[in-house]
Amino acid sequence: MSHITDLSFSELKKALDERSLSSIEITSAFLDRIDALNPTLNAFITITHDEAMQAAKDADALISKGSGTPYTGLPIAHKDLFCTDGTLTTCGSKILSNFVAPYDAQVVSQCKNAGLVSLGKLNMDEFAMGSSNENSYYGPVKNPWDTARVPGGSSGGSAAAVAANLTPLATATDTGGSIRQPAAFTGTSGLKPTYGRVSRFGMIAYASSLDQGGLIAHTAEDIAHGLGLIAGHDSRDSTSADQPVPDYTQTLNDSLKGKVIGIPKQFFDDRLDSAMRQAMNEVLDVLKSLGATTTEVSLEHVAESIPAYYVIAPAEASSNLSRFDGVRFGYRADSPSDLMDLYERSRGDGFGSEVKRRILIGTYALSEGYYDAYYKKAQQIRRLIRDDFNRALGTCDLLFGPTTPSTAFVLGEKTADPVAMYLEDIYTVATNMAGLPGGSFQAPLINGLPTGYQLTGRAFGENVILNAAHQVQTVTDWHTLRPEGV
Amino acid sequence: MYEAVIGLEVHVQLSTESKIFSGSSTHFGAEPNTQASLIDLGMPGVLPVPNAKAFEMAVKFGLAIDAEIGQESIFDRKNYFYPDLPKGYQISQFEKPIVGPGRVTISLDDGTTKTINVTRAHLEEDAGKSVHDAFDGMTGVDLNRAGTPLLEIVSEPELRSAKEAVAYLKVIHSIIRYLDISDGNMAEGSMRCDCNVSIRPKGSDTLGTRTEIKNVNSFRFVEKAINTEINRQIEILEDGGRVVQETRLYDPDKDETRSMRSKEEANDYRYFPDPDLLPVVLDDSFISACRDALPELPAARKARYISEYGITDYDAGVLVADRDVADYFAEVANTSGEGKLAANWVMGSVLAELNQTGDSITDFAVTAKQLSELIARIKDNTLNSKTAKTVFEALLANEGEVDVIIESKGLVQVTDTGAIEAIVDEVIAENPDQVANYRAAPEDKQGKMLGFFVGQVMKKSQGKANPQAVNQILSTKLSG
Repeated sequence: MSHITDLSFSELKKALDERSLSSIEITSAFLDRIDALNPTLNAFITITHDEAMQAAKDADALISKGSGTPYTGLPIAHKDLFCTDGTLTTCGSKILSNFVAPYDAQVVSQCKNAGLVSLGKLNMDEFAMGSSNENSYYGPVKNPWDTARVPGGSSGGSAAAVAANLTPLATATDTGGSIRQPAAFTGTSGLKPTYGRVSRFGMIAYASSLDQGGLIAHTAEDIAHGLGLIAGHDSRDSTSADQPVPDYTQTLNDSLKGKVIGIPKQFFDDRLDSAMRQAMNEVLDVLKSLGATTTEVSLEHVAESIPAYYVIAPAEASSNLSRFDGVRFGYRADSPSDLMDLYERSRGDGFGSEVKRRILIGTYALSEGYYDAYYKKAQQIRRLIRDDFNRALGTCDLLFGPTTPSTAFVLGEKTADPVAMYLEDIYTVATNMAGLPGGSFQAPLINGLPTGYQLTGRAFGENVILNAAHQVQTVTDWHTLRPEGV
Repeated sequence: MYEAVIGLEVHVQLSTESKIFSGSSTHFGAEPNTQASLIDLGMPGVLPVPNAKAFEMAVKFGLAIDAEIGQESIFDRKNYFYPDLPKGYQISQFEKPIVGPGRVTISLDDGTTKTINVTRAHLEEDAGKSVHDAFDGMTGVDLNRAGTPLLEIVSEPELRSAKEAVAYLKVIHSIIRYLDISDGNMAEGSMRCDCNVSIRPKGSDTLGTRTEIKNVNSFRFVEKAINTEINRQIEILEDGGRVVQETRLYDPDKDETRSMRSKEEANDYRYFPDPDLLPVVLDDSFISACRDALPELPAARKARYISEYGITDYDAGVLVADRDVADYFAEVANTSGEGKLAANWVMGSVLAELNQTGDSITDFAVTAKQLSELIARIKDNTLNSKTAKTVFEALLANEGEVDVIIESKGLVQVTDTGAIEAIVDEVIAENPDQVANYRAAPEDKQGKMLGFFVGQVMKKSQGKANPQAVNQILSTKLSG
């Protein structure tokens, strides 16, 4: 048998079910690997050794009594914007560098209730603002495929940790591509569910109308298991959907015969890199070989998604981040001379430059006299984008395209050019604007680096996405490739 | 000559058990920060969950002022930094309030009425309180009040004097008390008033520059603050100056308003729809359930009291202003069967006593049942107005029930004509000069002179003689 940490979440589940491994064996194997590799990768901000080992011990006791859940004792790690009762939650920011929440995020408590063992908290771009994980107060995360490259962002820690076998499953969040882009850059599977599918309670907000919690793992099957645990209505989140949660594993093996895959022509225009086009065509061929047919669709307004996103998201962020004022929790400037000084220095020292940039953009966009020209117009564009997607998905089951324009770039390459960085999300942002589910799954490597293809489904159609991705994964081995050298 | 143009923004704390977006209690007076949940503290990642009870109360108010109810209303964020505003924004309603245009009717001193249009009423959360006197050189923050539901009621600038403004405020107060959606206690801040005041030459229809007087906390101060501000603005204009648009504060100790911040310093609140909250959609059944649950409102009750108890328009207006007073009156009137007497007693002795002590009628020493017994004893001639007053005083002092007091104080009215005749004879015998004067006087003067003899007889009877009998016997004997 291969090493424990090489196993996927589903394989580990099988091993626990068969009692061929204990939770303690699994947990300590992952903790050892984290200890060995985290100094290089910087994927974890906090490693909860003691709590994890205790939880594993408790899990084994439950399993031996036969009173666990189907997931008792399996490992997970949480993006560091999910609040964890008693453990540091930093959001990748200096301003929360001392923040310990007295509550668990709904996602965290759902995982706990299912018996999952949390290994720690994962690095991220500060307040989930970034596409390279270079905006963390705790330093950049390295891509396990090439540590000179970025893992993507903002869930860079989640993606790198899964890719390097530091955890088989990680929670993540996606506001404009923050799950899918790092999944593509690290050769992992990532799913952003439908807006409202997963509770936002206890998930520190970046842009509330776009933020959605999801998962990164090795396979679609792993995500199907995990999504069943974290999806569902939560009375503490008014925007969470009161929709039944299906067993996502039940439909994984449905046939793709008769499924129609929509190819948005805007995603395949001349600007698409030829190597990326070829990788996408390889995936499409597999989908077709499995019985799916394709049809061209048009998303007329998708080009406007980036400018509209960079009005709406910063506008919401400028307001969401007002609560970090040094008064009640978090970083507070030393001996402030008065109230303004307290605000200015706590926030001035506490936030990094990308966060400040977005607060300024958002404040400007909402200001009297500019609101109609920016915020209102962006919301109108958002409606047009949503209409485009719904119209397209009226003629097909899934939309298909590349997740990113290229493979992972080199650290520092785009930090001086925010707009180039923002364009990283060109294929992913529109899905958030439309509130639809989107997943990124492993496509063929390009020059030894991972790529991802993206599937976007109808609202609450996560099972359709996972079914298609799983079918591809049953006949390909792209998802089994692991970075060498780490 | 100038005319004042006044509009009021009234903030009413709704008396829900829990806050508008969290489960914490709204009870007044608890230890600082003991009624502030994670949501009220604005902790990272926590989300507001609306309290449907607040919607119900707002809708009831809207129906009571005959307003349009917003079938879809939206919560917005009003962004500004202040330590008692934990999230850095207040959740309020901006473009789409829950209550649209409505109207109330106020009574003016000259007996006429005037309709005042209400622009809108919207729901919002209250902020916490900054405590400036608890820590030396520092300010404390108490977040117990943060998240308490407020209904902000905005009038059109149709009020033309401080008196009209107070009359309007009293009508709003009366409605919220009838609906039982707030205790309306201005001293505790559960009802607060911002007054927008401007002046213009009488006859002009352009508006002058307005100032806003913030957070005035009693009916009396509203009247004084507005009058003070009107006079200040008149003086400025008379001196050839210009009124500056600004926010002002009223200082009741000095009876003056002073500048708080000018328009230039005003915040840009950067309102936008709160993405954490879905639009509030009220279906017809919710609205009609609120309508069915509406109590009888002051105007309807006033009309009913006039016809049912035969009391005057003025009396009915006074009696119905406070729902508890109106209920008290109705119980007295119904039990005693004497509407007019009940009105006289409630408006006279009862309200006078309450005005003096500042107590609420619900804690009043004399119960409605006791007052109706008292009235019954007046009606059956056991008491006259003087002895009745004595009994009332005794009831106030908790000396027992009406009949027990009458008994113990020996206040039973003397209606026995023989006994009264004996006293009358005594008085006539003791005052020969007055009797002679009386008899010599022309008939139209005698009525007035009779009062002296009535007084003497009443005095001798220790107030117990039936005044009608005394009058009758006296005039017979004196003329004889």
